[in-house]
Amino acid sequence: MKCHPCGRKAVIYLRQHNARYCREHFVNFVDRQVARAIKRKRMFGPDEKVMVAVSGGKDSLVLWHILQKAGYHTAGYHIHLGIGEYSLRSLDITRAFAAAKGLELFETDVESEYGLGISGLAKATGRPACSGCGLNKRYLMNRAAREKGFDVIATGHNLDDEAATLLGNVLNWQTGSLSRQNPVLAAGKGFTRRVKPLYMLSEREMAAYALLEGIRYIHEECPNAVGARSIEYKETLNRIEDAMPGSKMRFLKGFLDLDRATWQAESDAPVLRECEACGEPTVNNLCAFCCLWRGAERNKAVRDRGSVPAV
Amino acid sequence: MKICIRSPQYRELEIEGRRRVEDLLKELRLNRETHIVARNGEMVTEDEWIETGDEVEIIAAISGGAP
Repeated sequence: MKCHPCGRKAVIYLRQHNARYCREHFVNFVDRQVARAIKRKRMFGPDEKVMVAVSGGKDSLVLWHILQKAGYHTAGYHIHLGIGEYSLRSLDITRAFAAAKGLELFETDVESEYGLGISGLAKATGRPACSGCGLNKRYLMNRAAREKGFDVIATGHNLDDEAATLLGNVLNWQTGSLSRQNPVLAAGKGFTRRVKPLYMLSEREMAAYALLEGIRYIHEECPNAVGARSIEYKETLNRIEDAMPGSKMRFLKGFLDLDRATWQAESDAPVLRECEACGEPTVNNLCAFCCLWRGAERNKAVRDRGSVPAV
Repeated sequence: MKICIRSPQYRELEIEGRRRVEDLLKELRLNRETHIVARNGEMVTEDEWIETGDEVEIIAAISGGAP
């Protein structure tokens, strides 16, 4: 196969675009896709401070790489989740990436700050680890961005992530979630704007970009994600994609262009107030983050008294 | 030829005989939409041939959980 733009040997064939690229033109293609998403969706401007949420996985590191290459004012934010060796390796890789490029990196260690890592929190509350993990990430990212004066939070959610979320939301008719699913979540009372500049790029494109640009990332799966429903959705969508290239893109793009307006009209904007414990925005007296950690403390106290067996 | 697979757990296997990348993925029941293939350290398209003596790495792109 030959590269479409230059005729040199291609390294990748993108069936959804019917395009073949050499290394140089593929990297250029991805960079342009990200630039276009930022501009088209008005994600942020050249003078704004962007906090990139970096996990150590390919997507967030590729995103940070592209944004700093494009000249944006970025810093990384890593949450050390306390999921055993997996979290330690993720932290090492993230730190090595930032150090090699001389980029600023902020960190929060969940276990040091709150007494339990995500695995311990799941045991203490009896809630699935992924649910507590997502809640902690959203809360800590928002708080860190506001405290450190960032204008916007950029996350590495890609086309596969977004299409899988959409499939889950449609299968379960989660109208509230459908109304909020968007590559740009506007700033609100206490909330920093959140954007997803990779939302039209597939996981395969991200893995290829990381390999071609020499970006080292953590390959292994989060141990808590094994058997996760989001992976089932991704695999299902990719079986369809294999038979009908471009399906994931059409599914997400169609929703964002056409259907989303319907769900937005049906969803009432929640009335926000300050959490009475931490001051973060919430719809209830206590925010979900404080409820979760208070529940963990309560269960621990009950277990320590010996009333119920350890979870 | 030696095949290293990160899908996402690392495993190695030995396969004999020349074949196309596309056929190798089919044989291993790996979806071409979620894997990339490097031959002797260079990324290759599905129509390329894998020869005896080549070192092949197959990398899964799918990851779980939110980034």
